[in-house]
Amino acid sequence: MIDLYTRRRIANATGLTIAVAAMAFGLFWLCWILWTLLGRGLPALTPMVFSQMTPPPGSSGGLLNAIFGSLMMTIGGTAIGTPIGILAGTYLAEFGQRGWLAPITRFINDILLSAPSIVIGLFVYEIYVVHVKHFSGWAGTIALAIIVIPIVIRTTENMLRLVPSTLREAAASLGAPQWKIVSFVTLRAARAGIITGVMLAIARISGETAPLLFTALNNQFWSSDMDQPMANLPVVIFQFAMSPYEDWQSLAWAGALLITFSVLTLNILARVLFRQSASTH
Amino acid sequence: MFLHEARLKRQSIFDSLFRNLTRVAAFSVLILLAAIIGSLIIGSMPAIHAFGFGFLVSPDWDPVNDQFGALVPIVGTLITSGIALLIAIPVSFGIALFLTELSPRALRRPLGVAIELLAGIPSIIYGMWGLFVFAPLFADHVEPWLNEHIGVLPYIGPFFSGPPMGIGILTASIILAIMVIPFIASVMRDVFDVVPVMLKESAYGLGSTTWEVMLRIVLPYTKVGVAGGIMLGLGRALGETMAVTFVIGNAHELGKSLLNPGNSISSALANEFTEAFGELYTAALIELGLILFFITFVVLSLARYMLYRLGQREGKAS
Repeated sequence: MIDLYTRRRIANATGLTIAVAAMAFGLFWLCWILWTLLGRGLPALTPMVFSQMTPPPGSSGGLLNAIFGSLMMTIGGTAIGTPIGILAGTYLAEFGQRGWLAPITRFINDILLSAPSIVIGLFVYEIYVVHVKHFSGWAGTIALAIIVIPIVIRTTENMLRLVPSTLREAAASLGAPQWKIVSFVTLRAARAGIITGVMLAIARISGETAPLLFTALNNQFWSSDMDQPMANLPVVIFQFAMSPYEDWQSLAWAGALLITFSVLTLNILARVLFRQSASTH
Repeated sequence: MFLHEARLKRQSIFDSLFRNLTRVAAFSVLILLAAIIGSLIIGSMPAIHAFGFGFLVSPDWDPVNDQFGALVPIVGTLITSGIALLIAIPVSFGIALFLTELSPRALRRPLGVAIELLAGIPSIIYGMWGLFVFAPLFADHVEPWLNEHIGVLPYIGPFFSGPPMGIGILTASIILAIMVIPFIASVMRDVFDVVPVMLKESAYGLGSTTWEVMLRIVLPYTKVGVAGGIMLGLGRALGETMAVTFVIGNAHELGKSLLNPGNSISSALANEFTEAFGELYTAALIELGLILFFITFVVLSLARYMLYRLGQREGKAS
């Protein structure tokens, strides 16, 4: 018969061992996925990837048009989504103390933050692609902007709330009008945090595939016309990885490596940047 | 004097302009939601007219004869997400416990970031890795074992017997689990951190073990938040597209075994939408999207409500 004390110690040891195992389990997948990406992506990552267009099956080529298209749409989506997100986040943090708009917007925004991105793609297809009757880079840009907005709203509001109210009061006591207080004092004080949020948003959209499937579609050739279907890395990876051709699959691995490492670098950079600015305050 | 007043007046105009500009931006979020729901409803009208409520319970999916039903994708979405949660909840709890109570202080941050990076990996990468690396290994080593040892058991046996192809509901569920672990774990870690230190130290002072403190003090105190985190993870799992599309097999069948290929709402959309011919086919797919949006909306609302309740109690306690 085991006494109570021993039994409690055994339960404790088992529980904690399981916790350590869970942590190892999580890290195991991360390492495995990154290892696979390096193993399969690096050999495929030749200079041709950056200098040639996506090839027809059976011949060699690169991903230049896809990289370019992804950059264009990511930049466009960020450029459209960020100002709207910052303004709305400012409203939630600075002006929304009273009334119904702020709590409801906050709630809806939190839902949009994790809404399925494929539904965003469907939405843009319905309101834009159906009316202009063709897939286009602009449609992809709009879809990505819709994904950026909630992320930026969320971080902007959180960061503005961290700004001490004494700062606002000091500016107000000097006679500054409210728009100056917000744009030159509080927004500026929260700048590093907001930039972090924008970087996280960029990281998120640069890997998004689902919303681009029905909007930008794909383009086998070089195209810088945003009003035409546009090649982009995620959709090319999807198409190439699902294909039976070996050349295409290895290009898909090269693209996967590119995307993952730029996304992870952005993620880490955003955290480092935020920590640095937090420690100087 | 006069000039001064004019300047004041101009500033107050700027003030109200600026305030209204931000208000319009905030309002646009509401319009966005309304527009999403509205456009999906309008887009799916032909299918709603043609099939009515029968759409939800019909297992047919026959584009050639224009017969559509959402049962198979809905069941596929719910089952994959459910199994994913079964795997992800205990693992996430372990990770959160490790990060808040066990980890050496120096490792806490890097390990936390590593788990969050798991959430940063784009879902298409999970899909590719699942298809090329995980599924073949799963088919060669795990599924035959499941067939032999669990497939012969009464009751649960039929769920685990079937051809070991590597691609199917179970594979999709496992990959979904890996993807939602970081979301659930980071919410759990954050809510565990709000437990008052005094409460934990009192329990330790009475002689509790770490495990007992977690189970009897921290978990009851944060249960609403933990449930919120789980719902948040569920919301993610339900809408996840690319990872599932690669490995679920995309078969409109309702097999009994979890090793069989199936379909989920999001993967049906990803696979078929651009190739859909005819008005009814497109409308049926859009109605699938509407159903998916509705389910995730309910789940995510519940999640937010629970997290909000925890936050409120925290405010009261301090």
